Amino acid sequence: MGGLLFHAFVYLCAAVVAVPIAKRLGLGSVLGYLIAGILIGPVFGLVGSETAEIQHVAELGVVLMLFLVGLELEPRLLWEMRLRLLGLGGLQVTLSAGLIGAAGMLLGCSWTTALAIGLIFSLSSTAIVLQTLGEKGLTKVEGGRASFAVLLFQDIAVIPMLALIPLLALPELGAPPGVDPGSHGESLSLVEGLSGWTYAMVVVGAVVLVVLGGQFLTRPLFRFIAGSRLREIFTASALLLVVGTALLMTLVDLSPALGTFLAGVVLANSEFKHELEADIEPFKGLLLGLFFITVGAGIDFDVLFADALTLIGLTLGVMLLKAAVLLALARLFRLTPGDGWLFTLGLAQAGEFGFVLLSFAAQNHVLTQDLTKTLALVIALSMLLTPALFILYEHLIEPRLRAGGTREPDAIDQRGTVVIAGIGRFGQIVNRLLVASGVRTVVLDHQAGQVETMSKVGIRSYFGDASRPDLLLAAGIDEARVLVVAIDDRERAVQLVAHVRRHYPRVRILARAFDVDHLYLLRQAGADVAIREVFDASLALGAEALKALGLHPFKVEKMTRAFRRHDEQGLDELYELWDADRDLSTNRALLAGIHAHRQNLAEVLAADRLQLHDRTDRGWTPPPRDYARDLAEPEPASDDTSPPDA
Amino acid sequence: MKETPRAIGSAPSPRRRILVLFAHPSPDRSEVNRPMARAAANLEGVTLVDLYGEYPTFTIDADREQARLRSHEVIVFLHPLYWYSTPAILKEWQDLVLEHGFAYGSGGTALHGKIFFNTLSAGGPEAAYRAEGYNHFTLRELLQPFEQTAMLCGMIYLPPFALFDARNAVEQGRVEAHIADWMRVLAALRDDRLDVARARRAPRLNADLAGLIREA
Repeated sequence: MGGLLFHAFVYLCAAVVAVPIAKRLGLGSVLGYLIAGILIGPVFGLVGSETAEIQHVAELGVVLMLFLVGLELEPRLLWEMRLRLLGLGGLQVTLSAGLIGAAGMLLGCSWTTALAIGLIFSLSSTAIVLQTLGEKGLTKVEGGRASFAVLLFQDIAVIPMLALIPLLALPELGAPPGVDPGSHGESLSLVEGLSGWTYAMVVVGAVVLVVLGGQFLTRPLFRFIAGSRLREIFTASALLLVVGTALLMTLVDLSPALGTFLAGVVLANSEFKHELEADIEPFKGLLLGLFFITVGAGIDFDVLFADALTLIGLTLGVMLLKAAVLLALARLFRLTPGDGWLFTLGLAQAGEFGFVLLSFAAQNHVLTQDLTKTLALVIALSMLLTPALFILYEHLIEPRLRAGGTREPDAIDQRGTVVIAGIGRFGQIVNRLLVASGVRTVVLDHQAGQVETMSKVGIRSYFGDASRPDLLLAAGIDEARVLVVAIDDRERAVQLVAHVRRHYPRVRILARAFDVDHLYLLRQAGADVAIREVFDASLALGAEALKALGLHPFKVEKMTRAFRRHDEQGLDELYELWDADRDLSTNRALLAGIHAHRQNLAEVLAADRLQLHDRTDRGWTPPPRDYARDLAEPEPASDDTSPPDA
Repeated sequence: MKETPRAIGSAPSPRRRILVLFAHPSPDRSEVNRPMARAAANLEGVTLVDLYGEYPTFTIDADREQARLRSHEVIVFLHPLYWYSTPAILKEWQDLVLEHGFAYGSGGTALHGKIFFNTLSAGGPEAAYRAEGYNHFTLRELLQPFEQTAMLCGMIYLPPFALFDARNAVEQGRVEAHIADWMRVLAALRDDRLDVARARRAPRLNADLAGLIREA
């Protein structure tokens, strides 16, 4: 127990100290974790032999990450980016693997080893690149999109690679094939001793179980759990889903990463998607962080110092080969020079899946232990260099291209999304207008029934309590341009506005108010726009009543405009007198203000009846009858702002 | 205000159908245009459209307006003269309804051969509408944008049917006679009793009605 607490303390301590500092220095969190691992492992020797065991646990982070990648991979999105995904991604992986493998053979490796190395180094670091692009706001530029497509393809390519690598086993290392990451030391297997075709049946059955279960069983289950309104049980069931899928895959000797990825894709269209993301994300983050720490702790400095020049040479060589492939692809796919360089420099490193494949290859006796250590160092060094390359892009290449004017305007889709919290009758109309105008919206509602109804009529909506910060984040509030607050709970609406205003000052907040008091509360909380829900409809109905009485429609229009203008002006004036903490009945100044405002309105509207030359109907009031006499001067003096009957 | 007697010189079947597009943003205060609109509405063969009444928010239905244009042979803008032009909604109407391919350009022949003119009330006296007057131009000169619009659309442009010094017309008892003339012109156009060729050369349509109209 003491040992466990001590190790937990050391790991957490290293992460808490190193990661924020690394991030502040612009190196990104992944590097922070790696450095933390280097510090507690090889440098200070606080942790040692147990890192390998911890790494097996931490690999669950990779499984969770693939689940999240799957969740993002809605079949429709996949289809839209098919050209990029297959063309750009496929060529990148094939060409990089081929070139690096060829270089490996030139350096004297056998073809199987060289191929394994090529595959491992063809991958880039999803974690570093996506995180850095997000931090620097480059996800929506063309270079960022292309990078994402390639990373996605790589993440998918990992799965066939996991299947391929055991086939490359070196006979002289005595390989027992079929060991998967996440199944280390497992003796549990349902398929041991089954004949070939029964095994195939079992495997197919397991996959079908994941797909059908995800499609038909999870929804009623999640809806039932959501109905209980116990958050931790929802989190527990989300984890259960992932762990269960991983276990099922392990039992049939398949990659757990493949299984959870599949489960993710199946659930990508589910209304619980963002809730699942929000719940799994912290576990994935912590476990992945732990994984990076163990990688850092596992770096063998003896090997590094023994052969520093070779290692640095290998690292630079790998990155140059990858960069050459990427640059050629950027040209082939007609990226602008700026986007092309972002794409090239961003993806030139090796990635975290390289570590996974590396340890997997070692277990399957495809690579020798010494070679594995060397290659792990190369991956780690290339990842260490990546932040420097991003800084190079940001400070040297981008400004130059911008100044040169060669950079083209970004793609049209820069509007960003609109997050709509609450899809009741109010939110629905807002959403319909936005969707009809071609704006992408993300809709959140805490009533599973409501979300289901919306999904049936084709509105992309997700279950979840919009006032939860993590769910808001999963829905993309950090990149959204506009938040529409239309939830039915008055107080939670105000809290939500205050929260988003504090943490995401860039987002424009538009809120639905129930009445004037609520409108003031929302305004105080930081809403940019607050609209009273019944005001417009009431005014429209009032206007219809006036028309029904036979008033000229345009006169009614003018009266309505005057009424609205006066009312909005009064709202602003009374806001100055309003005090959130005081009851209306004790706020004499406010009461007096309201009374004066009403009085004033009567005058404004009466003025029109009296045909006064006042603001209600200043326009279109004819000039005085004898006005033409004054005009008979050499130069006309048209100081009247209303159009005269010339 | 008094209603003009119905159906002056009505004929069993009108030769031309007349569309009067009436634009007054404050009809309650109108002393000339609204009575003229009401009188026109009561004349057989005339369709009266109160644009501000139909489109108080300016969301003009172009399809509907084009259908109206197609089914009439005479188009009249009835309005007070605002800044030497129409009230805003008639400009909006032109911008939305006179589309390429409908009113002008390739295939834009829907208005060919139709008659167009403005019927307007001007605040200034007639003396103001000439080179020496404070408006410096004649009314017909000031309305040249409409004349050119009509030409581009292949329409026959007639000079304006105008009332000058309109703010004092009621007090001076000029309105009723003006409305009677207005009815005569509409009826003559409807029954093809108006000398169009001669009218085109006149400074105003109501300058010499007796010389233009062949009474029934």
